[in-house]
Amino acid sequence: MAGISSYGAYVPPHRLSLDALSGRAPRDGGPEKAVAWNDEDSVTMAVAAGASCLAGFSRERVDAVYFASTSYPFREKQGAALIARALDLGRELQATDYSNSLRAGTTALRAAADAIDAGSATCVLVIASDCRMGAPGSGLERNSGDGAAAFLVSKDSAIATMEASRSVTDEIVDVWRSEGDDFVHSWEDRFVVQEGYAPRMAEAVDGLLADGDDSVSDYDKVALYGPDHRSRADVARTLGLSEGQLTDAFFGRLGNAGVAFAPLQLVAALENARPGERILVANYGDGADALALKVTDGIEQLPARRGVEWHLERRQPVADYAQYLKARDLGTSEWEAQAGPGLSATVHFRERDSNLAFCGQRCRSCGAVQFPVQRVCESCFARDDFDVTRLSDRSGKLVTWTFDYFFPTPTPPTVAGIVDVEGARVHMQLVNCVPDDVSLGMPLEFEFRCIHRAGGRPNYYWKATPAAEPATSEGR
Amino acid sequence: MGKDALRDKVSIVGVGCCPFGENWDQSPSDMIVDAAYEAYADAGIDEPQKRIEAVFTGSLYTTQGPHECADALKLFERPVSMVSNYCATGTDAFRYGVMSIASGLYDTVLVVGYDKPKDRGVSGPTVMMDSVRDLPKTPAGWFSLCAATYFDRYGAGREDLARIAVKNHHNGTLAPRSWLKREITVDDVLSARMISWPFGLYDCAAQTDGAAAVVLSRTDLARGFRDDPVLVKAVTISSGPNPQKDPGNDFLSWKPNGWAAADAYAQAGISDPRSEIGVAQVHDCFSLTELLAYEDLGFCDKGSAKEHIADGKFELGGDLPVNTDGGLKAFGHPTGATGVRMIYENTLQLQGRAEKRQVKNPRLALSHNLGGHPTACGIAILGRD
Repeated sequence: MAGISSYGAYVPPHRLSLDALSGRAPRDGGPEKAVAWNDEDSVTMAVAAGASCLAGFSRERVDAVYFASTSYPFREKQGAALIARALDLGRELQATDYSNSLRAGTTALRAAADAIDAGSATCVLVIASDCRMGAPGSGLERNSGDGAAAFLVSKDSAIATMEASRSVTDEIVDVWRSEGDDFVHSWEDRFVVQEGYAPRMAEAVDGLLADGDDSVSDYDKVALYGPDHRSRADVARTLGLSEGQLTDAFFGRLGNAGVAFAPLQLVAALENARPGERILVANYGDGADALALKVTDGIEQLPARRGVEWHLERRQPVADYAQYLKARDLGTSEWEAQAGPGLSATVHFRERDSNLAFCGQRCRSCGAVQFPVQRVCESCFARDDFDVTRLSDRSGKLVTWTFDYFFPTPTPPTVAGIVDVEGARVHMQLVNCVPDDVSLGMPLEFEFRCIHRAGGRPNYYWKATPAAEPATSEGR
Repeated sequence: MGKDALRDKVSIVGVGCCPFGENWDQSPSDMIVDAAYEAYADAGIDEPQKRIEAVFTGSLYTTQGPHECADALKLFERPVSMVSNYCATGTDAFRYGVMSIASGLYDTVLVVGYDKPKDRGVSGPTVMMDSVRDLPKTPAGWFSLCAATYFDRYGAGREDLARIAVKNHHNGTLAPRSWLKREITVDDVLSARMISWPFGLYDCAAQTDGAAAVVLSRTDLARGFRDDPVLVKAVTISSGPNPQKDPGNDFLSWKPNGWAAADAYAQAGISDPRSEIGVAQVHDCFSLTELLAYEDLGFCDKGSAKEHIADGKFELGGDLPVNTDGGLKAFGHPTGATGVRMIYENTLQLQGRAEKRQVKNPRLALSHNLGGHPTACGIAILGRD
């Protein structure tokens, strides 16, 4: 039986105070939402969650990638392929994007389990990632947040087996975005809940329970999508869930993370799960999915990793609403962020191992690691005698730095410096730090980011970030 | 080939330099004509079409290549070549000119360096978004990378850099063709808006328009042009690895500086640059670039620059005056012209024609250009006798 072998999460560190959204001064400890910054999007968050999920697992084993999002930047051009390259996965890979519905994350998870059970895949990386935008001033802007969750689905070393699933589908125009729309539209919220969300969730969950001859009290934890806190609580009550069963939905800390919302709750549930626990996941969007999982003894062997709680603790408050508008390119400026030639598609293709996978090379003659790929060794001058080596999951240290006040960013200066990784030297921008945090030799790790959107396309590369404490293992 | 193969074979017989600045009403051709015709007059050349056998021109921003210079000066039916080597372009163009005469191919050639950045509509460098790696891609960002490391190792700080800017602004007030003629204070430098830490506005060179020209001749023919020709003792250029990806780079000096200096001193037969060199123009695209040049070129010991800055060694009245005309900082920095402008200033200094900024009796004068990330260093050494 297919099961989840590993999980990963990513929540962008920037936090926008809901007070600031209402034009009030932010209160300490007041409600907030997690927001992707100008160099983040559904792809960069997916790569971060995917890398976290793969920590301690062989990337060679992954033979399928399912990427679920409603906010992937391209209309045409696959996301899973881009993410697979950024994660340095092999080319013998089945890649699929699941899109257009908030339910895409659980649909992808179900499809992964089906592929495993059918034998058409052995190890599927499923990533749900979203950064949907509500129009400035809208309720959706208040409720939504950004984030990503990832799962490795396989038959081996399962930490939770996928026991059963049930889906219902219904046609409804409740929330939508048409071609060219930046912001999510919504029909009247009472209609959305009364004719869409509440009845379809009940239908899927009741169906799942009936299939298994279960009652809802047989489940220790329930991860439940909800468009907002109140509607979610109402549905939980209708389903007969007790307070202890319902997982935290992070309203006031993260917000409704769209496609990633229910999956992030599942990650949080797994972070604290004990062997034998049963978990129910219910997700909504043009119908509903219900999934039943059972935690196995394997969960005790899963190496500690950064889950939802770790990411929620890592906060970088946004000073004011204007900064957020700049970060999301919602203000007006002299030049479009998309102006300029951008990266040549030819160069993007030719340098995909360097720029997307952050792979360098190790000289077979002298062992020196260098970046980017080049023909003649910088140290011993041997020609064309290298092995490709992935640097993205190694640690680095800061050799020197500067603070640049010219480069466009919502919060100048841009911290840039020279990073030593395995002996290779790389010029990189630093994120998640301000000038006062920077010191010579400081340990660093790497995050996939959107460097700019010139040429009308997102142009990705890696940035360095101060190395964080090893993953917390709350409850593990 | 001996290191001294070039020494004294070629002489400078005429120099010219148009006023550097925001030359809104001048085209590149206008400035080229001003600089070249001044150099012709300085060499006593009335019929350049008959005397100039080849032209070596340097520019970073040109869109027309060597033709721009050939057409401006109407120098046809002869070789006109363009050299491009980042901010070391001017020195490199000069080097080709010297070699062409030393080879015996020509008797008299013209070197022209120029650039016209002020036609681009921006006051500083443009932020190019045509790559994903190595951004932000600005010279201030590149040249500042030695600051954190150098400050940490040798205890220098922004105040030491500020004194360099103050000195160069002062010298700029004494040079008729310089752009900035305004004294500044250390406080001005420290309180200016930040460009790329630790460089504030006044730590950065002034990007300007400009052109400079030099007429070179065989030394045995030089006195036919003027009585006080200046000898070319050495000219060299060293390439270096991109310091940003060079494994093991210590970010305490720029490697091409030391390599080029060693070669230039060997060419010129200089064993003790501190006592032998009387005046120097060094590449001060940023204040720290000049500081590192003091040490990398052997004007003082590694790590000791701040003491010599404090005691005035590099000021006009000091033991080794540096950037007597204000340097890139105050004279201005039209990229391709800069190396040639330095040779213009050193020639005037050696001939005793530098007026209010004249250094007392220099025998050898050094000019130093640093270009790229930096990835190239050009050095020229001139002598009076």
